This record gives sequence, C-alpha cells and structure tokens, in this order.
Amino acid sequence: MSDFDWVFFAEVLTGGLLSGVMYALVAIGFVLIYKTSGVLNFAQGAQLLFAALTFVSLVERGIAFVLALLLTLAAMILLGLAIERVVLRPLQNQSPMSLFMATLGLSYVIEGAAQLLWGTQVHALELGIADTPLQLGGMMISSFDLFAAATAALMVTLLSLFFRYTRLGLEFRALADDGFAALAVGLRLPRILAAVWATAGLIALIAGLLWGARLGVQFSLSLVVLKALPVLVLGGFDSVLGAIVGGLLIGALEKLAEVYLGPLVGGGIEGWFAYVAALAFLLVRPSGLFGQRAWQRG
Amino acid sequence: MGSTLGATLPGLAETAPPAHSSPAAAPLVRTSAAPVLQLEGVSLSFGGVQALRHVDLALHEREILAVIGPNGAGKSSLVNVMTGLYRPTQGTVSLGGRRLRQVPTARLGRLGVARTFQNLALFKGLSVRDNIVLGRVNAMRASFVEQIIGVGRARRERIDARAQAEQMMDFLDLRAYAERPVGDLPYGLQKRVELARALVARPRLLLLDEPMAGMTVTEKSEMADFVRAARDQFDTAILLIEHDIGLVFGLSDRVVVLHHGSKIADGAPAAVRQDAAVIEAYLGVTQQEAA
Amino acid sequence: MTISLAFSSRRFSVRGALLRDAWPWLLLLVAAYGVVPWAASAYLIDALLIPFLALSLAAVGLNLLTGYAGQLSLGSAAFMAVGAFAAYNLNLRVDGLPLLVSIVLAGLAATAIGLVFGLPSLRLRGFYLAVSTLAAQFFVQWVLVKFSWFSNDNPSGVIDAPPLVVGGIAFDTPAGRYLFALAIVTVLTLLCWRLVQSQTGHHFIAVRDNEQAARVIGVPVLRTKLLAFAISSFVIGVAGVLWGFVYLRTVEPAGFNLDRSLQILFIVIIGGLATIRGAFFGAALIVVFPLLLSRLGSLLLGQWFDSGVLEMSQRIVLGALIIFFLIVEPQGLAALWQRARRRIWIS
Repeated sequence: MSDFDWVFFAEVLTGGLLSGVMYALVAIGFVLIYKTSGVLNFAQGAQLLFAALTFVSLVERGIAFVLALLLTLAAMILLGLAIERVVLRPLQNQSPMSLFMATLGLSYVIEGAAQLLWGTQVHALELGIADTPLQLGGMMISSFDLFAAATAALMVTLLSLFFRYTRLGLEFRALADDGFAALAVGLRLPRILAAVWATAGLIALIAGLLWGARLGVQFSLSLVVLKALPVLVLGGFDSVLGAIVGGLLIGALEKLAEVYLGPLVGGGIEGWFAYVAALAFLLVRPSGLFGQRAWQRG
Repeated sequence: MGSTLGATLPGLAETAPPAHSSPAAAPLVRTSAAPVLQLEGVSLSFGGVQALRHVDLALHEREILAVIGPNGAGKSSLVNVMTGLYRPTQGTVSLGGRRLRQVPTARLGRLGVARTFQNLALFKGLSVRDNIVLGRVNAMRASFVEQIIGVGRARRERIDARAQAEQMMDFLDLRAYAERPVGDLPYGLQKRVELARALVARPRLLLLDEPMAGMTVTEKSEMADFVRAARDQFDTAILLIEHDIGLVFGLSDRVVVLHHGSKIADGAPAAVRQDAAVIEAYLGVTQQEAA
Repeated sequence: MTISLAFSSRRFSVRGALLRDAWPWLLLLVAAYGVVPWAASAYLIDALLIPFLALSLAAVGLNLLTGYAGQLSLGSAAFMAVGAFAAYNLNLRVDGLPLLVSIVLAGLAATAIGLVFGLPSLRLRGFYLAVSTLAAQFFVQWVLVKFSWFSNDNPSGVIDAPPLVVGGIAFDTPAGRYLFALAIVTVLTLLCWRLVQSQTGHHFIAVRDNEQAARVIGVPVLRTKLLAFAISSFVIGVAGVLWGFVYLRTVEPAGFNLDRSLQILFIVIIGGLATIRGAFFGAALIVVFPLLLSRLGSLLLGQWFDSGVLEMSQRIVLGALIIFFLIVEPQGLAALWQRARRRIWIS
C-alpha cells in the first residue's frame, strides 16, 4: 500500500482523537453522576443544550462574554441542584431503570424549557477562536479543534486531580465506592450529591460551549451528546479513565470510519457508527475495557 | 376445603419436638450412598483476601448441618461456592457423588439443589402463590406457545405446579396469604415464602443462608420447627448458615465451625460446644446469652 | 377425586371472578366493534382512533420487554419501521402474498433485526441494552433512507401503502380501516395477555425482580430475556405496519425516529409498567393530549401560542408527567384506574 496517504490518515486520526477528547469530557459528566448516585443521566444532553443556548442568547442580547459565562454557570449550577432536589431525591430508593426514565422525562422538560425560553432557531457560538487550519508536519488541523481538545483535556485533568486530592473529591469517591459506608462514616449525602450535580452542571457548561461552537447551537446538540453512551460502553459506566480512553477510541474510530468507510456506503454513517462499534465491542469483550461490570453467565 | 394430600402431612403442633430439645431426634439414615454434598480442599481468594482455606465438608442424606462462625469467617463465601456463584481457587465440590470444579448455577435446580438467600430474593412483582409455583420451574417443560393456548401438557403442568404450591403453603401455614403480593408481607413471613419456594422443588439438598436472621424469638422457633419438619417430611439434607447459636445447637445434627476461612470444628453440637478452639474463637462466654 | 373436585370448584369461582372483573373490558369490546364504526366520524377515526390503536399495540409490545421483563429498550420506532418496510416490500415483491401473511412475516423481520442488536447486550445487566437499541434506532433509520431499494426507488422516498384487502374484502373506508386495525390489535393483545398470565410471563417478572435468584432457581434467564425481546419486537413490528398501512397510508422513515421511540416508552411509563391495560391508557393520553394542550394554550395565551410554543410546551408537560408518575404513582394510570374502580365498587 505504498500509495496510501499516511499523512492524510494521520490528519483524520488526529481530528478524530481531538473530537474524542470532547466526547471524553461529556462522558466524564455521565460517569460522575453514575458513580455517585447510580443514575445514568439521560438529561446530560439537554443540560448541555441549555447551557449553550443560555450563553449564546445572553451574548446576543449584548451581555459581555465573561458576565454571560458567569450567569450561565450560575444557572447551570442552580439547575443541577434543582434536579437533584426535585427529581432525584424523591426517587432515591427506586431502581436504576426508574431513575433513568426520570432523567428521560427531565431531558424533555429541560429541552422544552430551553427552547421555549430562548427560541428554536439555530445560533452560532463564537468563542473568539478563529477556525483557521494549522499546518503540523504536513497535516492540516483545525485550530479550533485543538483549542477545544486542549480545554477539554484541561477540564479532564482538573477533574481527575479534584477527585484524587481534594476533600470533596475524596467524598465523591467514597460515595461512589460504597454509599452505605459513606453514610456510616458520617458523610453528609445531600451536600455531596448537591456538589456532584453542580459539578455536572459545570461540565455541561464547558462541553456545551465547546460543542456549540463546533456544531452550532441547535436542538440536535443533545443528540450528539448521546454519543457519549457508546463511550461508556467501551470504558465502563463508572470509570473516569475508561471515559477518557473510550472517548479517544470512539472519536478516532468514528472519524476514520466516516472518511474511509463512509464514501463506500453513501455517507452519513457518523449518526450510528459509534453505537454499532460499541455493540461489536460488546460481542468481543463483554466486560468492557476496564472490566468493571461482571459478565453474568446466562 | 384443602386437598386430601394435606392429610398425609404431620400436623406441626403434634409431632415437632420443641426447639431446644436434644438434637438428632430424627435417625440419621447413613446409607453407603455418596454424601449429598461434599467439599474437598476448597479454597477461595479474592485479590489478597483468603476467604476460604482448604475446607473439607460432607453432608449426608437427611442430615441437618449447621455452619457457624464469626462474621467474616467465610460462611457466605461457602454457600456461594456451593451454588456456583464463585469458583473455588482450589478444591472441588461434589453433588451426589459427582465431582465438579465449579457448580453450574443455572442447573442447580435440576441437580436437586435449592437455596434461600440472606437478604431475601423473592419476586416482589408476584403473589406468594406465584413465587412458590416458580419453584417448580424445573418440572415444567411446556413451551410458551403451549402455555398461551393453555391445553394439554401446559395445562397439566400448571395444575400440578399449583397443587404442589398449595400443599407447600399448607405445610408452612401460608395459605392465608396466597394471593397477597409478596412484598406486602412482614419480613418473617417473606422468609417463610422463600423457604416454601425452595422446598417445593423437592430438593435433595437445601441450603439455607441465615433463614432466621432478623426474626423475633417466636418466629425463629417456628422457623426451626419448619426446617426440622422439612427434613422429616421431605427427606432433604439441609445445610444452614446461622448466627443464633442456641437455636442451631437445638436444631442440627452436626455443626461445622469456620474461623478466618478455615474449618476449626466439625461434630455433634454437644461436642462442638465444648471444643476449646471453638470457644476461644467464637463462643467466648456467650453460651448463656445465646439462649 | 377430592383434589380435582376441589380444584374445579376453585376454577369455577376463578372464572366467576374473572367475569366480574372482565365486564368493563367486554363492554368496551362490544362498543369498539359494534358502536364505534357507525357512530364515529371519519375525523375521529383517522386522526385519533387509528393512531391510538397502533400506538397502543406498540406499547403493549414494549411493555412486555420493559415493564414485565425489566429490559429497557430505546429503539421501538426502529422495529416499527422494520415492520412497516418489510410488509411493504413483501407485499410489493412477492406476488400473491396475502396481506395477513405479509404482516406476520414483517413482525418476524422485526424480531430478527431486534435479536441482532439485542443479543450482545442481553447477556449483560445494566444499560447496555439501552445503548444497543439506540444503535438499532439510528442504524435502521439510516439504512432505510440511504438505500432506496426499500422505498422501491421512489424519488420522493415516501411510498403509498398498499390497499388493505383480506380474503377479497377491501378495508378502504375509515370504518373499515378502523375495524382492520382493531381486529389485529385485539388478537395480539389477547395473546400477550395470555402470555403474561402464563408461567413464561412469570419468568419475565422473575428475571426483572431478581435475576440472580431466578437463575439459581432454574429459570433460563438468557432464554427468557431473548424471548421477551423477540415477542416484543414482533408485536412492535406489527404495530409499525398498522402505523404505516392503516394510519398514515404512507411508509416513510421520518416518523420512526428517536422521538417516536421515546414516545412509546412514555406511553408505557404513564400508562403503567407491567400492565396490559396501561398501554391503552397511556396511548389514549398521548394521542389526545396535544389537542387538549393546543386548545388550552390558545384559550389562555391566544396569539402568542403558535406551533413552536405548542411543541415546546408539549415536551415540557410530557416530561413533567413522566417525572410526576414515576414519583407519585409508578404503576401509572392503570393503578389510578384500579383505585377509582375500587372506590366506585365500594360506594
């Protein structure tokens, strides 16, 4: 295959890895909540959309960038707290499936409210980074993609450090490890859960801004976010490392498939490829990359 | 009311000996047949933790064997190895003479093994009767199509299963609750339903994981009577894991004591009670408080 | 002997009790078959009753899998699409194939596709099936749009459903189409009802409530899950045929999107998980609700209440209803109905 365009391949791969970092960021939001409350938060996408929409609408109404950012952050934290208090606490003792279905309903409420409040048009989101292509060793890489990936990577690093070294992070991990023991040791659950959801709100904001800038702020944003689910299948629903590795894998595979397989079948495969890849993965390695969930013999 | 089958069962009030009388009231029929259950050199470790160390154990027909030991001694691990939920790192489990490396969990019923669970494992969405009927699953062969149509084999199996469930409900005094959703019942009754579900399968080996946990003194005594009656009536070998030592000594034919994953005693209750190692490890001065 | 006598007398009383409980449904059936075709307007039938029937059937199917067997599926619409397109293509390409046979085969096609996507995940616990069914949802939609063979290479991608002819009788009036749909829905619902009452149905519930214990007792767990998934997909596939052939009178991929899948799930949740009647209660609410909301909205907010506002308000109210039912009455409308009936019965 001497005439295979390796430079182009590397370019596509890099692009894929960069978007993979962004998938990883969203996936960590899922993992955070799943680890600590056992809930798979389907509303993550809606929260993202809400964040992006709120920010863009504030900016469009003339509010300064930084102020809009802070206001949106406040709104996201409040939203997170409200979700924990109003929806999840009453459902505390129900099955994971019931909780998931509640987040499904929640996603509808948030999406509807966001668009009712700010309208249903598509908005462009400007973060002040020009999307000029950079030349790197013969490859063309979008500078925006680099910026987004760098921001996401920074968030991921900060979060990992937070979990590891801060007291609150330790409490998160304790809760994730053994909720009952955490209670027994005297950790105040409501306080920690509130912090968890507030953090998730922050993640939704950053991810929302990045994805919104990349794709435009529109309803389908929440669908894109759903692609974090295949990431969780690969990396495990409760592993931050898994979310990172899984995100990179899915990002890379999806991009490569889009470029190399897509033309063979008429294109448009990025809508489903990540999911089918996760499915195929399940056939081969049912216990996931990090073997978190035990495979039950049938 | 009630089927004629009920007439063959001993009324519990008449024949069951009081809970704390001398053990071994029922004769041990030790045939030359292989033990119902045998563990040979079973060891189990998780990561760095050694849950079981070279445990040897044999349970014979119609025997009631109790496994006791302090918390963390490995009792639950033992039951999980016996039911194939864990694979022992070393050693084998033999059921009815057949030696196995790992017990096939999904075939337990067909191998004549039934168990109850420490934390209750009833199907909350079903009634008491339906839970017990499910215990007969291994006797039912009809396909779902036959069941939908509802004639022939499917109908016969269903009638038979329900009759067996009725009989078991009579045996365990659960008739009054037959139609109730099992989740509505008080804890002690739920434990009894679980016993019924296990027994209705007519197992050769019955594993009871803390069947009396969380019960009042009266309930415990009733449960002990039921366990003994189960052995007497259905010829089942019973292995039970329990904390209430006084009850256990009154109920079982033999006692095995585990400590830190090793077996430190194995014999008749009276002997075990006196065993120095056991006293040191577990009983301490609690013989009085166990009553 | 004594046993069989005791048993048959109990069976009699059970039958008596059944009759006592069943009379509202028998009455409903009589009304549905005997009164509605004559009394209902074409609008009522075409805009409300037929979609109600199709959605109810889909919800009955999904309830088997999610309500009874406890396995969450987010891809119902994909299986509906498979059913609709399979029936269309079978009808088109196989000469002389009776309509009812096409429908059954279409259901089986939905089952086959379902198993392909479901099998890897059914061995596992947790949310893997949800992700698998999402894979089915997105993949199936893409295939049906991409490959025009499925739409008979029709340039617009929207194909007309074939006429409904069974044994020489044409069901081409609104009342006729209604009866066609009603007959299929009644038969399949009855079969599903028998299923959930049977031992297999109890296996579904056992696997849902405590998979571990079910396995230890001897319930064939994987086989049970597969069966639930297969039957569920079949029923949902047939519902898809009804949706395309009887309601829309066209077959196109657009209406079988993620929103539709979630709509069916919502019907199941609101109507009552693990109840057959819940599917119908939920579907009735979902079908009627947009109309009520639009009337209410125009009344309260007048001009400002345009279609965009309506759509968003629908989303909000629907989502809120889900959360409400999950918190307050997890057994859904079916449970509310039970309570109301008991109160009426007592008074």
